[in-house]
Amino acid sequence: MNRKLLLAGAAMALGFPAAAWAAEGAVAPEYRFLTFAVFGAIIALTMFVTYLAAKRVHSASDFYAAGGGISGVQNGWAIAGDYLSAASFLGIAGLISLYGYDGFMYSVGFLMAYITVLLVIAEPCRNIGKYTLADILAYRNDPKKTRVAGALSVITVSTIYLTAQMVGGGVLVKTLIGIDYEVSVMVVGVLMLAYVLFGGMVATTYVQIIKAILLVIASLVLVMLVWAPYGFSLPDFLTAVVGDGKVQAQVAKVLGDASANMTSSELGQRFLEPGLYLKDPLDQISLGMALVLGTAGLPHILMRFFTVPSAQEARKSVVWAMAIIGGFYVLTIFLGMGAAIHVGASDISLIDKGGNMAAPLLAQFLGGGADSLLGNFMLAFVAAVAFATIVAVVAGLVLASASAMAHDIYVGVIRGEHASQQEQMRAARISTVIVGAIAIVIGIAAKGQNVAHLVGLAFAVAASANLPCILLTLYWKRCNTGGIIAGMVVGTVTAIGLVLVSPNMTYPIKVRDDATKLVTEAPAKRVALEEKLADATLDAKVRATTTKALAKLDKDVVKAGEDLAKYAGTNTSMVGLEKPLIQLKNPGLISIPLGFLAVILGSLLYGRDRRAEGKWTELYVRQNTGMGVSKAHAH
Amino acid sequence: MQQEKVWEAIAANPRFQELVRRKRRVLSGLMLFSIAYYVLLPLGAAYAQELFSRQVWGPLNVGLLFALSEFIVAWGIAVIYSRIANREFDTMAARIVAEHQGVLK
Repeated sequence: MNRKLLLAGAAMALGFPAAAWAAEGAVAPEYRFLTFAVFGAIIALTMFVTYLAAKRVHSASDFYAAGGGISGVQNGWAIAGDYLSAASFLGIAGLISLYGYDGFMYSVGFLMAYITVLLVIAEPCRNIGKYTLADILAYRNDPKKTRVAGALSVITVSTIYLTAQMVGGGVLVKTLIGIDYEVSVMVVGVLMLAYVLFGGMVATTYVQIIKAILLVIASLVLVMLVWAPYGFSLPDFLTAVVGDGKVQAQVAKVLGDASANMTSSELGQRFLEPGLYLKDPLDQISLGMALVLGTAGLPHILMRFFTVPSAQEARKSVVWAMAIIGGFYVLTIFLGMGAAIHVGASDISLIDKGGNMAAPLLAQFLGGGADSLLGNFMLAFVAAVAFATIVAVVAGLVLASASAMAHDIYVGVIRGEHASQQEQMRAARISTVIVGAIAIVIGIAAKGQNVAHLVGLAFAVAASANLPCILLTLYWKRCNTGGIIAGMVVGTVTAIGLVLVSPNMTYPIKVRDDATKLVTEAPAKRVALEEKLADATLDAKVRATTTKALAKLDKDVVKAGEDLAKYAGTNTSMVGLEKPLIQLKNPGLISIPLGFLAVILGSLLYGRDRRAEGKWTELYVRQNTGMGVSKAHAH
Repeated sequence: MQQEKVWEAIAANPRFQELVRRKRRVLSGLMLFSIAYYVLLPLGAAYAQELFSRQVWGPLNVGLLFALSEFIVAWGIAVIYSRIANREFDTMAARIVAEHQGVLK
């Protein structure tokens, strides 16, 4: 039970528990050509778009902000494409398929986040900023100091997020089509580099739009197929979910002894009630706050608002994004619960414990199953969409980091804002190559690491450092350079520091205890499974599942042995702790208020900043009226 | 120097002050309401399990309906805000800009 909780907790931040993936691909070798064909088609389409985009990139403004020429509707789709990562498409559908209601609570948080973006971030940022987050900070504060602080924070957040995406992407491609992890990471990295390097923001935008459209189509098709048999009635569909034997068995398994006195209909109904996955209310609220406030501070999302010509278009783009993102997250109920009744939690978690394969397996089932051409085509299509998803998100992240390096650090600080268009473009492209190369290296170096908590951490740093600084420089007259630096440092350091002492880290004593427990219990489990297999009347499907479970048990035992050997000599985690100092898995609840406090105290202690206060009126008028905005994105 | 005077003049314009006041009221109201409504979900899931488990329509329970209502609230806020912004804020801002256009370059 403990080990299971630990794993469940590890999957918590919606990432991928990399170690839990099966070694072989989910697509049978004879159908692999289908996967390659669909992947090839999508890559060809995005490359063609990049080729067209490359002709339109002539200046730094084109490269970073698509020349400010993206429309509100286009930007809405691109935001959706930038935001809906594989973690939400695969991860949330998986969580819902395994834990029902609790999984769906994530969907709510991801949409609610956009209210903050819409109300207080999108329009002022469009009116004040040019290419990067630090542009906003540097507007009325010491430009060099705040550019350095802002750029470092952007690079930190993007790198954390990027690591999760690269590892997740590598594992995903490996699982779906069975090519090597390292090759998968290289493919993701090289493709993304091609888009960004040649097509800058123009190509990145179109790749994100294409990906969002594909994702919506794939989800709609799956949901139609899942929901149609119930006449598109929500209660009828839920009745089927609640009455399903596989769902009831999963609830019984999750609840353990607590389910002993429950009837099967009570078990099924329990799937629609909270508490199967999220145990600690404080953790829930902490993660919720990080999601809701962090989105508004994510550099790759913020950057999208510099691509539209006016605050009106920025507003329109958030409304569109909310329609698309919200619509998609409503559909996750049907994706997740559809997978729960058609594929079943035990088969889903056999391939991946975090449930990430729920949507692809559902697609395979709806197309006719693992032995059918259509089933494998649908699996390939969903897999390709997931792949496009990762590439599009990674492209946005790399562009955000590269712009912080080139525009803020090189042009802004080193060259003191004096650089010709050619020099700016060269700096942008060199930075892109550097960031892309780093992404590939990190992706390969982090192989096999559990990166699940990194997505939640990226949101927490964005909420604790970036958001307080942006909000207060926009809305508080007394905010100044001292506040920005204090906020960035305190927000980032506390968020990361708290995770380092949280239960997300590996604690050797606990790992050894769990491994010992697994090894001790394994023989009994083995006997039970073998007895089940010995029964000649066993149904073929159950037999297959049981055989797989047996193979998995053997693998777990080997893994436990490796863990025991690996942690034999150590008792403490990476930062020298025997057990976590805090129980919060996501630091948001503590680090977000600290971030705000740091900006306020930092500003007050810094003393009166004449420049910051002098420029306040200008910033205040401009952010509210949009005056002078055309100046900001003119070439 | 000239430029700074323009910003000062706009900031002193009663129309601008009215716009900022109105914006602040609308934004803070919607923001506080949405955060409060969102936090009710994890709070309810954690501390009002009995209420959330109550079935209202077949297996459909209060908790699921509440989670779905969050989507309606989010979209509702988006629609309300953009209506107010499109109709009021944009027109007010456009008038202010027009009034000061001559002075600003």
